[in-house]
Amino acid sequence: MTNAAEAGTQVVRVWRGTPNGGGEREYEVPIQPGMVVLDAVHWIQAHKDGDLACRWNCKAAKCGSCSAEVNGRPRLMCKTRIEEFHGAPIRVHPLKAFPVIKDLVTDVSWNYEVKKQIPPFTPHPDTAGRPFRMAQQDVDRIQEFRKCIECYLCQNVCHVLRDHKRFDQFVGPRFLIRVAELDMHPKDTLDRSTYAKEEAGVGMCNITKCCTEVCPEHIKITDNGIIPVKERVANEHYDPLLWLVRKATGRSRAESKAEKK
Amino acid sequence: MSTPYETITTDVLIIGAGGAGLRAAIASQAAGAKTTLVCKSLLGKAHTVMAEGGIACALGNVDKEDSWKAHFADTMRGGGMLNQWRMVELFAKEAPERVLELEQWGAVFDRTPEGYISQRPFGAHSYRRLAHVGDRTGLELIRTLQDHAVRVGVEVYMEYTLTRLVKDGERIAGAFGYRRDDGRYVLFRAKAVILATGGWGKLYQVTSNSWESTGDGCAMAYEAGAELIDMEMVQFHPTGMVWPPGVKGILVTEAVRGEGGLLRNANGERFMEKYDPVKMELSSRDVVARSIYKEVQAGRGSPHGGAWLDVTHRGGDYIRRKLPSMYEQFLKLADIDITKEPMEVAPTIHYAMGGVKTTPETGASTVAGLYAAGEVAGGLHGANRLGGNSLSDLLVFGARAGYYAAEYAQKLTEHPRVDEAQIQDEVRTLEAPLTNPGVGNPYAVMEDLQKAMQEGAGIARTEASLKKGLERVLESQGRASRVRVAGTRAFNPAWNTARDLLFMTRLAEAIVRSALERKESRGGHWRTDFPDRVDGLGKVNIVAFKQPDGKMGIKQVPLAPMPEALTKVLEVAKPPEYREIMAKQGLKQ
Repeated sequence: MTNAAEAGTQVVRVWRGTPNGGGEREYEVPIQPGMVVLDAVHWIQAHKDGDLACRWNCKAAKCGSCSAEVNGRPRLMCKTRIEEFHGAPIRVHPLKAFPVIKDLVTDVSWNYEVKKQIPPFTPHPDTAGRPFRMAQQDVDRIQEFRKCIECYLCQNVCHVLRDHKRFDQFVGPRFLIRVAELDMHPKDTLDRSTYAKEEAGVGMCNITKCCTEVCPEHIKITDNGIIPVKERVANEHYDPLLWLVRKATGRSRAESKAEKK
Repeated sequence: MSTPYETITTDVLIIGAGGAGLRAAIASQAAGAKTTLVCKSLLGKAHTVMAEGGIACALGNVDKEDSWKAHFADTMRGGGMLNQWRMVELFAKEAPERVLELEQWGAVFDRTPEGYISQRPFGAHSYRRLAHVGDRTGLELIRTLQDHAVRVGVEVYMEYTLTRLVKDGERIAGAFGYRRDDGRYVLFRAKAVILATGGWGKLYQVTSNSWESTGDGCAMAYEAGAELIDMEMVQFHPTGMVWPPGVKGILVTEAVRGEGGLLRNANGERFMEKYDPVKMELSSRDVVARSIYKEVQAGRGSPHGGAWLDVTHRGGDYIRRKLPSMYEQFLKLADIDITKEPMEVAPTIHYAMGGVKTTPETGASTVAGLYAAGEVAGGLHGANRLGGNSLSDLLVFGARAGYYAAEYAQKLTEHPRVDEAQIQDEVRTLEAPLTNPGVGNPYAVMEDLQKAMQEGAGIARTEASLKKGLERVLESQGRASRVRVAGTRAFNPAWNTARDLLFMTRLAEAIVRSALERKESRGGHWRTDFPDRVDGLGKVNIVAFKQPDGKMGIKQVPLAPMPEALTKVLEVAKPPEYREIMAKQGLKQ
C-alpha cells in the first residue's frame, strides 16, 4: 500500500459513446486504498454521470462481466488496482473486437451463438444413471479449461477476430479450449476434429499466445488447449497411414474414439 | 395514450438464470412446455457463479455413514427448527440424484482416490458432504446448467429486466419489463411464471452480493399478493474480506475452514473454543459470525475490526490446489499471500433465508400460476442456512418448480387475459424517474437505505435499532418514488437503479417489520434485548403480506407439526464433532 494511494484523487478517462461514435470523458475520482478501476466507474455513476453504462456482477473476478481495455490492455476492471498506475491517468475503453452498445458495454452475443454450434458433451449411453468413475489426474487438464469465466478477453485480443474480423470462420480461443475440454473428457464419445478443422477454423490460429497472456484465470490456452486440438486435427485429417487404415477397415473417426474409452 | 411494447408469448416464463432458474428451465422444457428464460445479466453471470465451497448432498462417497437422515437433521438443527420440515426432507433425499445428473451433463467435480465425486467438510455438516470443484463450485454448476439448458432448446432473453407481474384476476398472466440495451418495453405472456431471482444482499452496506441481488422477484411477488415468510432471517457470512476498503465484504469461502483454517483474535486465541467447543470453526454460520462480532466488541478484534483466519499450516501446494481463487483473490486484491500469512475477515451479508412462501412439493406460491425456487423462496433453511445447502436447494427445488409449473401451464387451454391497465400503470412507474421534478439521486437513496439496514437490522438488533431502522426505511421509500435521473432508457444504470429502489425499500420494510415481530434470538436473527430462544416463537413463522388497503401486514403462522418418523430421525442423528471431522482430514486439533 503506497502512501500516495491513501489520499488524493485519480484522473480516469472513460470512453463514452454509442455505435454512432463517442470519445473520452475525464473524471477526477477520489481514491481509497485497495481501490480497483471498477470502483472508480461506480463512483462516477453515483456522483457524476448516472447513465455511464458498464457491465459488472461479482466484483471478485469470478463472473467475467467487467471486461474492458484499461490503458490499452484488456483487463477485468474488478481486478485492476488503481495503485498500479502510480497516479498516471487511467484510460478505460470498451472491448475493441466487439460492437459498442453504449459506453463500456459491447455486444458479445456472437460468442453465445458460436457456443451453441459446438458438438456438446456426449457420454456413452451406458453410463446414464450411474456415477462416473474418473481419476483426478485424468480430469486435472480439463478442470483447467473449466476455470474459464467467459470474460472474452482472449477473444478480444486475438488478432484473427480483433484485426481480421474473421467472425464467420474462426471461433476464437475461448471456444477452441471448449473443444479441447470436451475432447479430453474421459467419458466423452464424440470426435470433434472435423468441427475443429472445418467450422472452428483452428488452423487460423498462429500461436502468438496473446490469449494466454490476458487470461485472468491463467489458463494456458495455447499450449494446453489449442495446440492439442491442432495436433488432433493433423492426426485425424492429414495422417496418410491412418487414412489408409480407415479405408481398409471402413471405421469412422468417432467409432475409433468411442472404442478407446 | 398508451405506450407501445413488444409481446412475447410462452407457456412457462422463468425469471432469473442462476442455478434455480436454469434447473427449472431444464425441467420445464423436459416436461414438454414451451419454456422461456429471462435474465438481467448475460447468461452465466448470475450470483450462483460466486458460490465457492460446494454442493451439500449425502452421496456418502467419503464418509459411508452419511445419509439423507443425517443431512436432514443437520439442516433442521442449523435452521433453528424453523425450517419447513417437508422441504428439508425432500431436499435431503433428492440432492444426491440432482448432483449426479450434473455429471451426465458435463460437470467435472474433484475426485476421491477411488475416482468418485470427492466431498469436503463444512460448517455444521456431520460428515464430509460437499461435492466441490476447488473453490469455484458455483462456476461449474452454472456453466453446466447453462450449456445444458441451451442444448435442450430453452429460449433465453439476456439483459431484460422484468418489473411487474401481470395478473388476470387471481391468477398469473405474465410479466412486464424492459430490455436493458435500448430500454424498449416488453411483455412476456405466460401461463405460469417461476421466480428464480435470488436474494437481496444489496439491501446492506457490507455484502458479498452482486448488483443483481436487489430482491426484484420477491418484491414483485409481494406486490402481486404472495405471502413472504421468515423475512427477518438474513445471513451474515462470518468471513468477508475487510481490508483494504475497496474489497470490504467480498466473500472468503467457508471452505477455508472446511480445509482446516483456524480463527484467532488479536491476542492469538482460538476464540471458537469459548463459543462452540464441539464444532469449533465448523459451527453454523450464525454462531461463527456472532462470535467474531463479540470478539471485536470486546476489543479483541484485528486491526480493521475483524478476526484472523489462518490456513498456512496446510502448506502452499495444498492451498493453491484446494483454494485457488482465494489464493488469487488475496494476492491480487489485498497483497496477502495466504500460504504465508493469515487473512483478516469479518461478517458480511450473504444470503436471505426468508422469501416467497411455497408449497414444499411444487414450489407454488400463494398466487395461482406463480412459482418460486432458490434463494427467492423461503422455508428450506429456517433461521440459518448451512453452507453448501444453497446449491443443492437450487437443483432440487429448481427441478420441482420447473416440473410443476409446466404441469400447471399445460392444464390451461388458453393464455390468461392481460389487463392493459396494469401495464400502463407499470409504464408510469418506470417513466417517473425520467420526468420527476427535483434532483433526487437514486444512488444516494440506495446508500442511505443500505446504511439504515446495516445499522438498524444488522447482525445485532434491538427494539430501538429496528424502530429507528423502520423510520429510515420508510423515509427512503418516499424518496425512492421521487428520484430523478438523467439520460434515456438505453443502458442507463441510474434509471435501472431507480426502479430497483422500489423493490429494495419494500423488502427492507418486510425485514424490519418481521424482525420487530420476532422477540427472541434464533439463527441469523439476534435480538440483544431478547438474547434467548423462546419456545413458542420456535413454532411459528412470521409472514409478511400486502393488505387490501395496500399497507404491509405481519402475522404469525404456526409451523405444521412434524410427523413422528422425522422427529425420530432428529433424536437418532447426533450433532457433528469438529475433532472427529478434522481427524478424518488428517489434521490434529
